[in-house]
Amino acid sequence: MNKNPLIYLDNNSTTPTDPRVVEAMLPFFHQFPGNAASRNHPFGWKAEEAVDYAREQIANLIGADAKEIIFTSGATEADNLGIKGVFEMYARKGNHIITATTEHKAVLDTCKKIEKQGGEVTYLEVNDKGLIDLNELEAAITDKTILVSIMWANNETGVIQPMKEIGQICEKHGVLLMSDATQAVGKIPVNPKETGIHLMAFTSHKMYGPKGVGALFVNRKNPRVKVTAQVDGGGHERGMRSGTLNVPGIVGFGKAAEIAKSEMENEAIRLKGLRNKLEEGLKSALEEVYVNGSTENRMPHVTNISFKHVEGEGLMMTFNQNIAVSSGSACTSASLEPSYVLKALGLGDDLAHSSIRFSLGRFTKEEDIDYAIEAVSKGVIHMRDLSPIWEMYKEGIDLDAVEWAEH
Amino acid sequence: MAYSEKLLDHFKNPKNVGTLDKSKANVGTGLVGAPECGDVMRLQIEVDDESGLIKDAKFKTFGCGSAIASSSLATEWLKGKTINEAVEIDNMAIVEELALPPVKIHCSVLAEDAIKSAIADYKEKNGIEK
Repeated sequence: MNKNPLIYLDNNSTTPTDPRVVEAMLPFFHQFPGNAASRNHPFGWKAEEAVDYAREQIANLIGADAKEIIFTSGATEADNLGIKGVFEMYARKGNHIITATTEHKAVLDTCKKIEKQGGEVTYLEVNDKGLIDLNELEAAITDKTILVSIMWANNETGVIQPMKEIGQICEKHGVLLMSDATQAVGKIPVNPKETGIHLMAFTSHKMYGPKGVGALFVNRKNPRVKVTAQVDGGGHERGMRSGTLNVPGIVGFGKAAEIAKSEMENEAIRLKGLRNKLEEGLKSALEEVYVNGSTENRMPHVTNISFKHVEGEGLMMTFNQNIAVSSGSACTSASLEPSYVLKALGLGDDLAHSSIRFSLGRFTKEEDIDYAIEAVSKGVIHMRDLSPIWEMYKEGIDLDAVEWAEH
Repeated sequence: MAYSEKLLDHFKNPKNVGTLDKSKANVGTGLVGAPECGDVMRLQIEVDDESGLIKDAKFKTFGCGSAIASSSLATEWLKGKTINEAVEIDNMAIVEELALPPVKIHCSVLAEDAIKSAIADYKEKNGIEK
């Protein structure tokens, strides 16, 4: 084995673009340079044809109609368009939105903005598994509720919410349901129509497509949903999102969707095997290792692990010359606040600071996992040798009883 | 974020990791920070009774790379100094030596606090006025 391999276990941040996707995109930079909105010459026709084809590929992956795909610059923009667009479009019906505390910032910060504009937002809490309570959701719905927005799978923990049951509750009360499915689409079966979802945000670069292109699924029939445009201009995308389409990006997004559809099922089985191997390997090499969030309802390729009495960022520094992961420790941020997602699960700040997210992907090999188990275990042992609280814990001192000099 | 060579060296090969016998009268112990904040530093000094010089210093730190490097550097600097010299160690000197980025300045502050806390403990044990 290569002595210092570069191992990428940060696929929830972004995935490498599949070479087959890159190949599909290349002709659309120079050979076919047209603007998909140019209706009067072959350059434009070619671009429009390519966009239409990609739209079909993407719609096909999620069981939607091609007309229900609105291209955006990514999932953040799609989340903004979905939430703000509904808030404006349905202002006469009400001003109340329901979401959850573990949502991505693209949803939470958008909701915060809406609160400043006179909207009311309920933030549902989650249990220690990271799941929302369906009864609480139902109880939160009022006659002013215009939208429920719940993510399909969490970016930090991989925990999957009970989308079908959420869909049934929204259906019963006649409330629109949106889902940020960024981490789920292309990795597990996601079908908004069968799930009762009316709006759904997702992005290309989390499913082996290029960065800079995403989509908002907007249901067209029963009910016909509309959102107020947030970007004004040429009236592209059925008036919901102006701006020249990113043709090469969209072509790549389409190709990525096609590949995902055909390979997703086997890939999920393979990644689940590798993820479980990683967890088992670390648990057998080390004491006091905790997997965060539900282990039953979660994505096959993600694990979020706390290594007690070891600070996450410090731990990462022991192996980050060649292994890429993420930490829930926010030691680099000015606030010094650890992950709000892990805290919402009820984890103490100490365990949240001790967490590492490993997210595997299509290009992860078994030998990468073997290497990671060894390197991470070594790092944890090194950091525990340095840790005064590990020493105190080993001496049987109750750390909760210590009066810490907080700073 | 790219760290300096010095910082990385202190992180990978930390100096003076360990524990001194805190029951000894000539050992001062400082424990600062809190697990909830993601940083806990324990820094200890052992003072030579005759010369009044710090003859040994040890640390253990729970924290990020900068926190570990700051405490490792602090123990290096403490050795051979008198108590009065040691109390003068300023966090900005640590920032400069390790080229800490702005978001990591609190790590150097914590190291300075740990030094002062260890010295205070030593003084208290030995009835030296503050």
